[in-house]
Amino acid sequence: MTLIQPARTQRNRLVLAAVIFAALAAAPALLPMFRTTLIARFMCYAIVAVGLDMIWGYTGIMSLGHGVYFGLGAYCMAMYLKLAAADGGIPDFMQWSGFDALPAWWAPFANPAFAFAMVVLVPVAVSVVIGLLTFLHNIKGVYFSILSQALALIMSVLLVGSQQYTGGSNGLTDFDTILGASLSSPVTEVALYYVTLAVLVGVFALCFFLVNRRIGKIFMAIRDSENRVRFTGYNTAVFKVFIYALSAAVAGVAGALYVSQVGIITPSDVGVSPSVQMIVWVAIGGRGTLVGAILGALIANGVETAASESFPDLWNYLLGLVCIVVVLFLPGGLMDLPRVPARIRAWLNRSRLGGGARLSPGDRAPASSATLSGKEARDA
Amino acid sequence: MPDTATLVRAQDAPALLSIEDVSVVFDGFHAISHVSTTVGQNEIRFFIGPNGAGKTTILDAICGKNRVAGGRIMFKGKYDLARMKDYKIANLGVSRKFQAPSVFNGITILENMELAAANRHSLYSTTFLNLKADQRDYIRYILDFIGLYDKRFDYPTRLSHGEKQWLEIGMLLTQHPDLLLLDEPVAGMSRRETEHTAELLRRVKQECSVIVVEHDMQFAKDVSDDVTVFHEGKVLAEGTMDEVSRNQTVIDVYLGRGGDQ
Repeated sequence: MTLIQPARTQRNRLVLAAVIFAALAAAPALLPMFRTTLIARFMCYAIVAVGLDMIWGYTGIMSLGHGVYFGLGAYCMAMYLKLAAADGGIPDFMQWSGFDALPAWWAPFANPAFAFAMVVLVPVAVSVVIGLLTFLHNIKGVYFSILSQALALIMSVLLVGSQQYTGGSNGLTDFDTILGASLSSPVTEVALYYVTLAVLVGVFALCFFLVNRRIGKIFMAIRDSENRVRFTGYNTAVFKVFIYALSAAVAGVAGALYVSQVGIITPSDVGVSPSVQMIVWVAIGGRGTLVGAILGALIANGVETAASESFPDLWNYLLGLVCIVVVLFLPGGLMDLPRVPARIRAWLNRSRLGGGARLSPGDRAPASSATLSGKEARDA
Repeated sequence: MPDTATLVRAQDAPALLSIEDVSVVFDGFHAISHVSTTVGQNEIRFFIGPNGAGKTTILDAICGKNRVAGGRIMFKGKYDLARMKDYKIANLGVSRKFQAPSVFNGITILENMELAAANRHSLYSTTFLNLKADQRDYIRYILDFIGLYDKRFDYPTRLSHGEKQWLEIGMLLTQHPDLLLLDEPVAGMSRRETEHTAELLRRVKQECSVIVVEHDMQFAKDVSDDVTVFHEGKVLAEGTMDEVSRNQTVIDVYLGRGGDQ
């Protein structure tokens, strides 16, 4: 039984993922269109979360700036959509800024193939530069997190500041068509929904494949002890840049899908606050499980929508409370819920034995073994 | 030159590692200064000496963890390790074990071994290539030898301190190193575990040279070919354990202290 434990855990996660994907595939047939587009938005978030889980949950690098890559992908896509809507002219906000010709670097985005390629390439290019600068100089841990957070701030300030190119704080909106199909037609919406689901499944499959290969073990080993990996002969910077770039590319694609379906992207969708929320989804779902990240993003956003419909002011407090509860009592996130009964039992045992220990102070062994089993359950 | 290859094991074989006049400076403090010594093929060398004598610092210098202020560390006569990056030194065949057991707790014992055994370290090979049959056989052989084969699907958190140390040594062995650097491998081990480790090292010696930093004098006596005694960043004496334990200076600064207690 113990021999196959790691394999069994992975199989259970696959089963759970399959159930979630099946439910998502059935949703458009069962729910009104309004709910369907809402779930499509959550799926975009889930795609980002899976990428974040690779770099944070598996590799131990906490990026507080993935809104940047989500935003880069979204803006590349939005530029295409904007030009498609302008129909050969220049976008409305540029006219208001007094432009009479399209800036040269905007022009190629009229070509959908170019724009779709940029959705991936721009986040990858930026993340590779940032990754090389930080990981090659051994900037890690909290220093990297702060740096990535600053990046998100810079991104939103830049977007707001260069209004004539980016639409400023209003962002980019008022889109018409994508590849000639009307964005407001239900057929397009359902098609985009299934494209998003397919991307989510594809990203999950790719990441699941990676974490089960030796490269995935190297990510986990870097999380545990990066120096040790280096002395085993691996250039860890290469692996860190790779996984950072992969998660950035995934976030970029998610951003592109997001803007196509939500119809607007603004600096407040890509700054510090959304970047932190992305981390929170992964934490709530359960780090280092992939399917937990999907679950976290779907549930956190689902609850947020439900809560903000009923009591809009309370949602942020509720999210903060959930965060505290997860950090304190459920470090493995929602994926850890099945182990909670066992842990409560261990805790009860321990307090019972702790009471007994007061009667016979010499006998501490049972108490410590209860602690151990709790710890192992978390590690397993 | 083919004939010389068969003579390599001889006494006058070229040194595997030749430390030449090496100094390491931390913020103006000379942690080690002008240290020279050579380690031969298939030799087990012990570095002994009081705390702060620079034993671990010299291991750090060999494996690229410390920047060397002066001198050369020649490996196989042609690579100057003092000027190379840590992971490149590791790829040359120098394996380092740190003092605290440092295995990867998030992956299984077998996965720990596989990660160490893989001799190709690119993104592509770690994603798409499997280990070869002979590598898998060797992993099994090592796991059998260190007694962890039946536990291979467990996580290292379940192992005892001694078992973790063996797992780590086992991981290093799968890399077929030419030089193994061990920092206090038997610290915290029971006598029985220490003896098992001694047996392990005697087998390891058939395949590579070993440098051990150790305070356990009995262990040093049992396993070492030669010992180098360090004191205040310099080499105090060198020779077999019997020779150095008769050296009056060594007795005064190091061995004598142990006897007093």
